[in-house]
Amino acid sequence: MIRSGAAAPAPRAALGSTLPRLLSARAADASGRRVALRYKDRGIWQEFTWQDYLAHARAFGLGLAALGLAPGEKVAILCGNRPEWLYAEVGTLAAGGIAVGVYQDAIAREIGYVIDHADAAYVVAEDQEQLDKVLEVREDLPKVRRIITVDPKGMHRVDDPQVTRFPEVEALGRELDAAHPGRFDDLLLNTAPEDIANIVYTSGTTGSPKGAMLTHRNLINMALTFAEVDPVRPDDQLFSYLPPPWIGEIAMSIATALVFGIPVNFPEEAETARDDGREIGPTVLFGPPRLWEALTSQVQVKLMDTTPFKRAVYRLAMRWGYRAADKRLRRQPLGPADRVLSRLGYLLAFRAVLDDLGMLRIRHAYTGGAALGPDTFRFLRALGLNLKQLYGQTEIAGFSCVHRDGDVRFETVGRPIPGVDLTLSPEGEILERSDSVFLGYYKDPQATRAALQGGWLHTGDAGQLTDDGHLVVIDRLSDVMRLADGTLFSPQFIENKLKFSPFVREAVVVGHGRPYVAAILNIDMPVVGKWAEDRQIAHTTYTDLSQKAGVYDLIAAEVRGANESLPRSARVRRFVLLYKELDADDGELTRTRKVRRRVIAERYAHLIEAMYGASADRIPVRATITYRDGTTAVVETAVRVAEVAGG
Amino acid sequence: MVILADDPLLEVGDVSLSFGGLAVLRDVSLAVRPGERVAVIGPNGAGKTSLLNCVNGFYHPQAGRIRYRGREITRAAPNEVARLGVARTFQNIELFTGATVLQNLLLARHRHIRYGLLAAAVYYGRAQAEETAHRARVEEVIDFLELEPIRHAPVAGLPYGLRKRVELGRALATDPDLLLLDEPMAGMTVEEKRDMVRFVVDANEALGATVLLIEHDMGVVMDVAHQIFVLDFGVLIGHGPPAAIRADPRVLRAYLGQEAMP
Repeated sequence: MIRSGAAAPAPRAALGSTLPRLLSARAADASGRRVALRYKDRGIWQEFTWQDYLAHARAFGLGLAALGLAPGEKVAILCGNRPEWLYAEVGTLAAGGIAVGVYQDAIAREIGYVIDHADAAYVVAEDQEQLDKVLEVREDLPKVRRIITVDPKGMHRVDDPQVTRFPEVEALGRELDAAHPGRFDDLLLNTAPEDIANIVYTSGTTGSPKGAMLTHRNLINMALTFAEVDPVRPDDQLFSYLPPPWIGEIAMSIATALVFGIPVNFPEEAETARDDGREIGPTVLFGPPRLWEALTSQVQVKLMDTTPFKRAVYRLAMRWGYRAADKRLRRQPLGPADRVLSRLGYLLAFRAVLDDLGMLRIRHAYTGGAALGPDTFRFLRALGLNLKQLYGQTEIAGFSCVHRDGDVRFETVGRPIPGVDLTLSPEGEILERSDSVFLGYYKDPQATRAALQGGWLHTGDAGQLTDDGHLVVIDRLSDVMRLADGTLFSPQFIENKLKFSPFVREAVVVGHGRPYVAAILNIDMPVVGKWAEDRQIAHTTYTDLSQKAGVYDLIAAEVRGANESLPRSARVRRFVLLYKELDADDGELTRTRKVRRRVIAERYAHLIEAMYGASADRIPVRATITYRDGTTAVVETAVRVAEVAGG
Repeated sequence: MVILADDPLLEVGDVSLSFGGLAVLRDVSLAVRPGERVAVIGPNGAGKTSLLNCVNGFYHPQAGRIRYRGREITRAAPNEVARLGVARTFQNIELFTGATVLQNLLLARHRHIRYGLLAAAVYYGRAQAEETAHRARVEEVIDFLELEPIRHAPVAGLPYGLRKRVELGRALATDPDLLLLDEPMAGMTVEEKRDMVRFVVDANEALGATVLLIEHDMGVVMDVAHQIFVLDFGVLIGHGPPAAIRADPRVLRAYLGQEAMP
């Protein structure tokens, strides 16, 4: 394998630079011929050097300039994880433009909102599907001058003067380059560390998305300070599979990769990411809680299918793994026996499991974005995965707190990274200061003032600090709930407990101003479906399966299990199994799959009322379900309210 | 829009086929011009699949003639017809279930293999270069049909809808000039059907394959086909563009009357 990025220049100097200038310098120095990007195409890993990367970004940036991009104009990028995303992003920045990532799974209306609000003059749309969505709302996008498509597939039908292909833009750029060879360097010199590089739209659990303006320095500072905690090594491999508009991807695949010169690897398709990731063997991996939950449930499902012998070996190894992990989490020293046994467990079982998950080479695994259930966390640590929590937000260009190796606890998100001042407001809100704090929200001075009041970034999260400086995130300040008798509880904490069950995919806890806690649950269709199949419970749709008596009994047992680790006052007393999956397309989840409580409280008010009714019973439901392609179907069923014994 | 040349690519003239005393096709004639998408519809047992079987050489009709590119293929064997650039898919999916998707598609390149046994044995020079080119072509098909996630999956374990897509892939991997599709959307979910329609239209428009398809789903046929031929008990009872078929009273009586028009 080709190693790359050994000769990184003194990184702190990067603070005086910009992202495209870093790329230019990287391509020009000794590392220029090393691998910068890998992309699986036609089933084969294609490698691109830093020089290739620069050549494309240069051509695309100049192409934009040739089309008429003026400095400070925005380019909306609707692209998945592939090299063209980086070419478009860094090319835009080189030409003095501002990149605006748009989530690909958003529906046309949402995409239109961001493109229009950001005043984007150009839109990069990856493929026909994305192009179709943009064209659908084109009437509402008078400021867009040109739409640039990346993947030629299916484009033969498109004959539209506003649509240009990516290679055509690059060709324009190369022409401009040939005619004015100094032009690109002039453009680069005009980029300044204080310039806005990205406007990152936050999905926001309430209201319309807001565009956080981040400068080159914000992002470069993030890469540098984060690496002070977990140093980047020249042989590190990044794996880019999370949505490119997410701040974490920008901070790692763009800022960290450029500052430290480490390669970014892209999967062939979103569906092949797991296998492609295994082939790459990333050393550093970020994942939202959903990923770690999915992996946990995957291990558990596969375990159900394996031989009794293997299962027995695994169980034994897990016992040793848990013991070592628990001691580490409590910061107790490991005895020689613990060391030998956890090593043995690794050789017998964990190695194979981690390899199957593609996590064998990982030095640092991170979870963030929302709280991860402690049981999932403990499980993965027991497997020997160096999983750490981090905390942060778009407004601070990524991350502000992380666990240090050897000081990991599942109830905290670690300590602030260097350069971050962190304090709590009298109301318990987490406040932060650092060189990575954003400039403000685009075209929203009111929200900016509120977020940056008194020189601190107001995170909107309720937190506590431990005596030794670890941050504990309780919940969104607005989401901490109070039962009728005044007991405080965090719905998210309870939801995570519930979601540790492989059978529960999504959980929404209610109880504000009520006598007890209740929950709306989504079953995990593949896992519950398999469970039902094994027991010969015939079922058809999600709706049908969710209302089976056997499934209710199964989930009731899971809820009882979760209740055991909850304080008595915060236990789930009643629940319903929802007849449909909560969906971002119905506005019930954000694009990053956080639950929108207000929407759910309104839409399922009748179910919630029933859970606080006199007797648990069946409630008739008639609902319209909207599919991704816009078609709708009507579902009629009766939803049962279940009582949890001992709740 | 596709430019339609006047000379038909495929000409079926007065074809009659019977098994024992059972007449399956009676004096059936149709023409498919280059670049067209032509559909044959009709109720169960109308003889649609038999017609395709005659075209690709599985059956030899007792009367009439079939011409492809002006050349008579009435008596040609299936492998000869395939070599001329005619590929087909089957109603009951005929793939090598023990082999992977990739292997099935590579097999389809057989008609293009030019190297000999000796070259294959040493796998050097021409054999190696050709195999690389075949793999590249197959990868284009994989990309075209979005088969990447199942490239190395054995066909046996794939769901029905995906197998249908793989079968289309195998047909496309032969670089056909004429694509015979036997109910490509049968038994699929709404979403799978929609994908399949897109693939068939793209195969025609972007890859330039002429398409002759049999389909049961009237909505699909009306959307996809330039020309429709209607068979009823082995007899051709009408043909024309979708709009004309929709309005033809004989067709409505014989076939569409049984179902509501979409």
